[in-house]
Amino acid sequence: MFEKILIANRGEIAVRVLRACHEMGIAAVVVYSDVDRAALHVREADEAYPIGAGAASESYLNIGKIIDVAKRSGADAIHPGYGFLSENAKFAQACADAGVKFVGPTAAAMEAMGSKTRARQAMEKAGVPFVPGTSRGVESFEEAEQVAARVGYPVMLKAAAGGGGKGMRLVDAPEQLKSSLEAARSEAERSFGDSEVYVEKAIVNPRHIEMQVLADEHGNTVYLGERECSLQRRHQKVLEEAPSPVVNADMRRRMGEVAVRVAQAANYTNAGTVEFLVDQEKNFYFLEMNTRLQVEHPVTELITGLDLVHLQIRIATGEKLPFRQDGVSIRGNAIECRIYAEDPDNNYFPSPGKITLLQEPSGPGIRIDSGMYEGWTVPIDYDPLLAKLIGYGSDRDQAIARLTRALDECFVGGIKTNISLFRRILRDADFHAAKLDTGFLDRMLKRIKEKPADPRAAEAAAIAAGLFAALGSTEQGARNGAGSGLRAAEKADSNWKSASRREALR
Amino acid sequence: MLYDITIDGRNYRLDLNRADGRWSCRLDGSDFEVDAILTRPDVLSLRIGNLAYEVKSERVANDLRLWVGSTGFDVEVRDPRSLRGRTRAGDDHGPRKITAPMPGRVVRLLVHTGDEVELGHGVAVVEAMKMQNEIKSPKKGTIQKILASEGAAVNAGDVLAIVE
Repeated sequence: MFEKILIANRGEIAVRVLRACHEMGIAAVVVYSDVDRAALHVREADEAYPIGAGAASESYLNIGKIIDVAKRSGADAIHPGYGFLSENAKFAQACADAGVKFVGPTAAAMEAMGSKTRARQAMEKAGVPFVPGTSRGVESFEEAEQVAARVGYPVMLKAAAGGGGKGMRLVDAPEQLKSSLEAARSEAERSFGDSEVYVEKAIVNPRHIEMQVLADEHGNTVYLGERECSLQRRHQKVLEEAPSPVVNADMRRRMGEVAVRVAQAANYTNAGTVEFLVDQEKNFYFLEMNTRLQVEHPVTELITGLDLVHLQIRIATGEKLPFRQDGVSIRGNAIECRIYAEDPDNNYFPSPGKITLLQEPSGPGIRIDSGMYEGWTVPIDYDPLLAKLIGYGSDRDQAIARLTRALDECFVGGIKTNISLFRRILRDADFHAAKLDTGFLDRMLKRIKEKPADPRAAEAAAIAAGLFAALGSTEQGARNGAGSGLRAAEKADSNWKSASRREALR
Repeated sequence: MLYDITIDGRNYRLDLNRADGRWSCRLDGSDFEVDAILTRPDVLSLRIGNLAYEVKSERVANDLRLWVGSTGFDVEVRDPRSLRGRTRAGDDHGPRKITAPMPGRVVRLLVHTGDEVELGHGVAVVEAMKMQNEIKSPKKGTIQKILASEGAAVNAGDVLAIVE
């Protein structure tokens, strides 16, 4: 077993991996950029090393600096989390060259999956079902035109090196093809330094369902069930659940077996995810393989009872999988909300800043994987994911009910978050009916936000506004603040005074 | 204690007094039985009659927001006896500050001093977390002063420009 693991990440995932290390008696080494000195992962670590400026290219994406910390700290292994260097084959190779175990697949397996077109060629040999289209980038507009005519409109143009919706264009009719192809190419070139674009038949309102796989270094590969990830905004996942409401045991087995074939075709090891598009007839098509732990891995953990990070670490030490496929069973339902520092009333613009008040939910069936704390200032430099709130229930309705309750307990003050978006989703009739596809969120957001005008709540706000002022601004109010409220009232007193001083200075 | 309170643009007159350990509360002419404790700074446990509420207070820059359960309200509190009352919500007279809604960097200024702007006209572009946000003028008027410079880091609430 490893004695020390370096976590090459930040935020909630760094904390998640750090917890697994501590549970397994492994010391956790973290790295941090200049703007992350006060981050939670640094507070909780056993060793912490500064690696440079806030810009990710100077710190969390800098392979040389991270390998250097691994050597200086004597770490046996590096866990890359997700994002940053997690799917960078050069990094995996640099770890291997430095004699530090990379907790993840080999550089070769990553490279095989890194390019969508190359992955597709390998998978076609393994008999994996694909959306009709090209398996390599189109050379010319004429070729794109022929392919589009063959598979039928609408078609989707996609960047071979792509991800996150960049370099992607939906083309409804032949006359749009030329301009869309040019736009997709230049966006792909700008985003990935690679203008290769391929053409696929567009599946209208597909579901996005992915299969978790786990492979040890002795040739054993299993699938751990699917996750429904259809709720997306601008091709970014917002809410995920497991199992998928549309997948039955037979479909799960068929998808799982394909996912295992995909992993084996690439000599894949450690945790990975095979993504599928599912059409309205429940045909599934291979989309891509993500060669890392996913953001949404907790929903799989809750329904399988397995700890994926523990298993990743055990696999990386060379252990065999401690169970076989028939030892995997799923039970109950889990749903995850990605809580972002962003403003739902301002087009989901990021909202960094200081968290002045934090009330985290708890209670039956609730898990929160968080990288935030009260008093912390969310830096402006990174992805705005603050935490993941996950609800578990013995069935889907109970999971929804628990998560809805937990969202009402949850409060993040001082910055804007998308918590209100999840309250809307979880109360939505189509969501309850599991009518999910990748167009769900856009349709829901177009509907007018029904704002229940509760005059009693407004009156309560008015009375509370006066009480905050009175309790804070008078000696009498503070003295009369009952019981445990007394000291709090005194504190509020000074807050209020400084607020009124600010007012006076305006 | 008399307060003029604006909740989401609606005005209330609140008369709040404390005697013999009890609050007496009159809101717009109606009496309410109120019992309140601060459970911690910014969190008030409130009973109105026997209805229980948790109210959270959030101050970002100079804006006060109160949350009753999970419903947020924009709030202004004024002492009607004070000469220095705040300008009323929606008041279009006089200069208005254009502030950064979040910390970030000013990537572009879209106006010059003396420019005429319409309500909603873009004034500056502020970038945070790799996304750009256009900051718009809160009223029709003339740009009186520009306080931000391109490339500068700003905090939430920092004044970028003043429109009169």
